[in-house]
Amino acid sequence: MLLIKNGHVIDPYSKLNKKSDILIKNKKIVEIKENIDPSGKKTIDASDKIVAPGFIDMHVHLRDPGQEHKETIETGSRAAAKGGFTSIACMPNTVPVNDNSGTTEYIVSEAKKRAFVNVFPIAAVSMGQKGKLLAEMADLIKAGAIAFSDDGYPVSNSQLMRRCLEYARELDTLIIEHCEDLYLSSGGVMNEGYQSYLLGLQGIPDYSETVMVARNIILAEKTNSRLHLAHMSTKGSVELIKTAKNKGLKITSEVTPHHLFLNDSLLASYDTNLKVNPPIRAKQDTKSLIEAVRHGIIDVFATDHAPHSPDEKEVEFSAAPFGINGLETAVSLLLDKLVNKNIISLNRLIEMCSCNPAKILGLDNKGKIKKGADADLTIIDTEKEITVNVNTFESKSRNNPFHDWKLRGSPVVTIVDGKVVYSSLK
Amino acid sequence: MKEKIKARVMDSGKIKRAFNRMTTEITERNRDLSNLVIIGIRTRGVHIAKRIAKLIKEYDNVDVPVGILDITLYRDDFSELEDKHIVKKTEINFSIENKDVLLVDDVLFTGRTIRAAMDSLIDLGRPKTIQLLVFIDRGHKELPIRPDYTGKSLPTSRREQVKVKLKEIDKKDEVLITEPGGIG
Amino acid sequence: MSFNKKHLLGIQQLTKPEIITILDTAESLKEISKREVKKVPALRGKTIINLFFEPSTRTRSSFELAAKRLSADISSFSKASSSTVKGETLKDTVLNLEAMQTDALIIRHAASGTPYFLSTFCRSHVINAGDGTHEHPTQALLDAFTIREEKGKLKGLKVVIVGDILHSRVARSNIFLLNKMGAKVILVGPPGLVPLQMARLGAQVDYNMDRAVKDADVVMMLRIQLERQQKNFFPSVREYRNLFSLTPKRFETTRKNAIIMHPGPINRDVEISTQLADSLKSVILKQVENGIAIRMAVLYLLLGGKERDVTD
Repeated sequence: MLLIKNGHVIDPYSKLNKKSDILIKNKKIVEIKENIDPSGKKTIDASDKIVAPGFIDMHVHLRDPGQEHKETIETGSRAAAKGGFTSIACMPNTVPVNDNSGTTEYIVSEAKKRAFVNVFPIAAVSMGQKGKLLAEMADLIKAGAIAFSDDGYPVSNSQLMRRCLEYARELDTLIIEHCEDLYLSSGGVMNEGYQSYLLGLQGIPDYSETVMVARNIILAEKTNSRLHLAHMSTKGSVELIKTAKNKGLKITSEVTPHHLFLNDSLLASYDTNLKVNPPIRAKQDTKSLIEAVRHGIIDVFATDHAPHSPDEKEVEFSAAPFGINGLETAVSLLLDKLVNKNIISLNRLIEMCSCNPAKILGLDNKGKIKKGADADLTIIDTEKEITVNVNTFESKSRNNPFHDWKLRGSPVVTIVDGKVVYSSLK
Repeated sequence: MKEKIKARVMDSGKIKRAFNRMTTEITERNRDLSNLVIIGIRTRGVHIAKRIAKLIKEYDNVDVPVGILDITLYRDDFSELEDKHIVKKTEINFSIENKDVLLVDDVLFTGRTIRAAMDSLIDLGRPKTIQLLVFIDRGHKELPIRPDYTGKSLPTSRREQVKVKLKEIDKKDEVLITEPGGIG
Repeated sequence: MSFNKKHLLGIQQLTKPEIITILDTAESLKEISKREVKKVPALRGKTIINLFFEPSTRTRSSFELAAKRLSADISSFSKASSSTVKGETLKDTVLNLEAMQTDALIIRHAASGTPYFLSTFCRSHVINAGDGTHEHPTQALLDAFTIREEKGKLKGLKVVIVGDILHSRVARSNIFLLNKMGAKVILVGPPGLVPLQMARLGAQVDYNMDRAVKDADVVMMLRIQLERQQKNFFPSVREYRNLFSLTPKRFETTRKNAIIMHPGPINRDVEISTQLADSLKSVILKQVENGIAIRMAVLYLLLGGKERDVTD
């Protein structure tokens, strides 16, 4: 048994927003009320802290199997725990690609043995992520796949996209799409615009994302299926999603902290820790993404945690791989720059970090604090001041552009299945 | 750095007489004035060189060519320069091959400027002879360099500075000894 | 006169006084190349390495001669490509060279931003000899020097740059420099190669060659890479020539005594018609001569005298 005492519990799903104790037994939440007797129970004092349903990052690259020099399921899960996440969904662009039940089963069993948090594999839409032949979705779901994506790549062939949306619909599973027109973005390494012209780097126009968002929304509408759009980065995409939602289409989407809080003028330093796909965009895009978060147009915060080993990133800009490490800085960034600046409420943050991802991924026992739900909790101190230090990261990677940033607000305890997997409390 | 004037050792009259005397010495020693060329070291050496050439023309009616030498690239004492970067043009539009070169500078101090000037001349050609004219010899030589013609010998302390002011650029002719200090 | 930088990474970091210092110093150094003994001891004992990851005979030998005329020791290394899948990373290559006690590294590389990257870990002075499509500062400096020689000034001149601006580091460096010196810059070429937003760098954009070159003081023709046609930046060489090449007829509308420039090598009858190419030859020769003076000036200003602690 584990008792979380004196915390301020906020759960948008159950509409909780008050001081309360939470009792956990056998990996489930069994009691939510004030003044639960602590005798005989392991107790965590959460005074002056916020207790939320466990955060879920539905876009993480764990690089395992095949690229363990960048990250492993174990190190990635430790990073997630430190970052306040109780569950992560990992993308299939591993080596080999997760397009077969063998690889899915490996991830599931490896996670069970070594992971500190819940790990849900996302399997590939197409074999090898080559965008030609559909993967065996039903078989993969049986092996443990929670959703499907070719992330890293778009499904460029619209005919294939149509088929996979129809097929997924009948299996009641989710397609997550990386929206990019590969011809328009070809050869680009940063956002196309004044900055790219100034720096002499080839640009990726914002509409290389927007044209595919448009296509995908139309296909989702015509096939009457659900669709989740990964890492939205542009004003144009936001406008299309807004229209789609107004029409009642089943479109959901996510945004990363680096797309919200960084803009392309920072690239003047040629720092490869800023090289990411989709690229960091212009100020006007970040402004409209923040507005979209405020007005419910974007549903989820996700990190797109993309670890690379330091050697791989310490090269000239055009040769560096794309990707930003994000698990250990996301929650502090969101607290400091959105919640503590009164741009969104804690309620909205928790909705986007927990309730919505749980709903979208079909994790019915997560993303909520109620009797019988899984005992996954994220405890946050909104006043704790931290200075980001990449050298103390749990992740194997260091490619995080927020080093030395001073932030107010941090996760302090992470509880998964009733067990404390991370705590910075004394 | 503030400086104060310690003494005015030459006025325009004395300067004029020094120029006349040196010119006489030069023409006496160099019988074949047609083989003589005068090269002034930037900046004030140039004006002194031109004045000498003018006097030679007046006395002996010979046009002695005058060249301008910038020795910044040959210095070995960069640390003494506040701004190392002022490289001006060397303008010597005639050959010095086999010529009698009269090298001219305003003040002889450590001798390093003259050493640099000679290195530079030898890179430009092979003179027959090099003679040295300095307007003021203030002592404290660090190299075995001696002038052939001197306007005035002036013992000074290391702290002091000698300023040769010429009316071409300084409005009047005078030689001053200055010292760091003064109010401010 | 002022120059207080550790590296020459690009024109963007230079102030107007610093640019003037470089041009004036080059002017003083020019006569050294006319002497019989083309050498002064200013950089004696300094070790410089030419590190060229892109083929180039012109710029490389220009830097080599510039260094030698200042009595520095210089060695040239060329590599076919950089951080490749097999082979040494760029960082390792550079650190290995630095271990030979170098004072300066002259770097040309296909990846924009490489000199910046080097400056974050190099002890030596870093000199940009061309990075990707970003900057080629010594080229812009020698172009400015040549224009100043011919026209006596840079301020107020109308300079038209024609061609593949998008992919040209020479164009960018020139745009920055001409802006700092008060010249007016017009960019001309096919829309795909001259995006409208590039005007924000400090120029006007015009897609009509006839209109743009009228009353120009300087016309700078850039080399067009014929492979760009494969990416549909323009449909054919024929069409490019009709719309954008410098013909005698177009040249007639420029201001009297206008000069034509080209960083070389020229595609005859593509960028410029044959008759004009021949008259262009004399300016190109001047550009080459001035290139050595400018590079001597840059090396001297960065390396001459005692090593001082200069923080960039």
